[in-house]
Amino acid sequence: MNSKLRWTPWMVLRESLFYALLVGVAVIMALPFYWMLVTSLKPDADIFSDPIRWIPQRVTFEHYIKAFTLVPFSRYFWNSTVMALLGVLANLVLGSLAGYAFARMRFQGREGLFKMKLASLLIPGVVTLIPSFIILKSFPLAGGNDLLGQGGQGLLNSYWAIVLPGAAGAFAVFFMRQFFRTLPDDLMDAARVDGASEFRIFWSIYLPLCGPALATLGIFTFQAGWNVFLWALIVFNDPTMSTVQMGLQSFSFNHQTDYGPLMAASVVVSLPVLIVFLFAQRYFIQSISFTGAKG
Amino acid sequence: MLQNPPATPARTAAPVQRRSRLLRHESRMAYAFISPAMLLFLIFTLLPAVFALFLSFTNYDILSPIKWVGLANYERLLTDELFRRGVLNVAYYAMLYVPLMIALSLSLGLALNRKRPGMTLFRTLFYLPAVTSSIAAATVWTWMFQKDYGVVNQALDVFGIRGPNWLASSDSAMYAIVIVTLWQGLGSNIIIYLAGLSGVPAFLYEAAALDGANPWQQFRYITIPALRTTTFFVVFMSLIGAFQLFDQAYVMTQGGPGYATTTAVYQIYSNGFTQLRMGYASAQAFVLAVAILCVSLISMRLNRDTGLG
Repeated sequence: MNSKLRWTPWMVLRESLFYALLVGVAVIMALPFYWMLVTSLKPDADIFSDPIRWIPQRVTFEHYIKAFTLVPFSRYFWNSTVMALLGVLANLVLGSLAGYAFARMRFQGREGLFKMKLASLLIPGVVTLIPSFIILKSFPLAGGNDLLGQGGQGLLNSYWAIVLPGAAGAFAVFFMRQFFRTLPDDLMDAARVDGASEFRIFWSIYLPLCGPALATLGIFTFQAGWNVFLWALIVFNDPTMSTVQMGLQSFSFNHQTDYGPLMAASVVVSLPVLIVFLFAQRYFIQSISFTGAKG
Repeated sequence: MLQNPPATPARTAAPVQRRSRLLRHESRMAYAFISPAMLLFLIFTLLPAVFALFLSFTNYDILSPIKWVGLANYERLLTDELFRRGVLNVAYYAMLYVPLMIALSLSLGLALNRKRPGMTLFRTLFYLPAVTSSIAAATVWTWMFQKDYGVVNQALDVFGIRGPNWLASSDSAMYAIVIVTLWQGLGSNIIIYLAGLSGVPAFLYEAAALDGANPWQQFRYITIPALRTTTFFVVFMSLIGAFQLFDQAYVMTQGGPGYATTTAVYQIYSNGFTQLRMGYASAQAFVLAVAILCVSLISMRLNRDTGLG
């Protein structure tokens, strides 16, 4: 507050109300995290208590052990990690290649092709769900398929099924293009005079300037890949291919839910992105602000 | 935006030729750079979109060959009570979710935009739910919405309110889903509003204050009009998300109780992938996409006509 202003009782009241409101909202926002953690650490007997125990009396890690032994959760964890990281890698490489070309190189049909790619952001995902499934299933010469895509399961039940359709997302291309457009031209002209190839100009001159943009895009893509659910549910029916998100479903049997291990698993599922967020918060904020600014 | 301005016309023939050869090389390389992205676009966006339209006029169950059935799928849709229920449910959900989302994210955005200590910390806390997956969030809230041992009802009890059996009653199940999705979606939209607010020029407020406008008038005649594009974006994205509601309904209620929380995408999923009626599910997906398009166009229109953001 401005120190020149005098604190009237009305202002004190107003500011206290303001902070009380924000604290109230913050409690609601944080409560599910707290409750997830607390439940996961309570012994079974204490989980169902009436009235509730807000602070656990006894702490146990048995639910974490159970979460990994009751279901093959480490396998799910591995699957999700590999697919999310492959998705990040693909989007960073392919997105920056395409984004660079759309931003800095001259070729016929540049604007038209870019607008086409961008238009895919407007197509509701539900429309392409079924056809994409069929395309993956009948991918030629994959997963036991013949040249016509018949006979096998194609790319279903493989990492490709998740990684390939989103390997160069429209958002990645758009995001990188916008970033490359902010970089100066003279670097390029100088390199061309020196006879550097187009790929070298991209790879050794412009790409190294993209650190923050790549970090933002990478985090954004990782989060999306880690959290994917419906698509994974569709393309994986082999239980060994399950992701962590699908794995959370396996703690309920016949409408009986084992809440201790389920909450422990939820903590484990939430942790990776949460940790990245706490250390790289500014990149999250940037990617969200960017989505808003393009609207 | 071209990088190099065209060379001055007075130039000898040789450099022009070299230039065009360089340009040819440049454009060949550019096509190579964009080809993976464009190929994937072709295979996993353009082709599926066209293929979906075709499929909607056929019967296909993966096991037997595709059979053309004309408009039969669309005729069947007209009498499909479950799909109608799914569409009405998401429309009802959107009517609750979108206005609440705008009101809450705008007011919290305005609050965090005040120059006060601690605002960054609150921004972090408010954004935290957006970092978790919808599945983990829905899982935890399912536990919190338990009738007797759930945190929500126990907390309501403190204020002397007897909470409902949230997820098992068809009256309250949808409210529970609204609460969870608001909790998770607020953070991103608050940040989008903060970005929008940072673009409102301060001199507008100074001028208005000089003219004697009170805070409410400043909000109504400066802030809201200035945030029009931001609000439009938030409405548009929220609508698209709302009409494709699935994860929370799948985890928290399995579309129930009864069919109280079944959604359009839920119906498409179960028709297409549980019952393998892929042609019919494609017709449903198309109808849903058209519905989304119509609602977006209407909201765009309203946004322009009222100027009310």
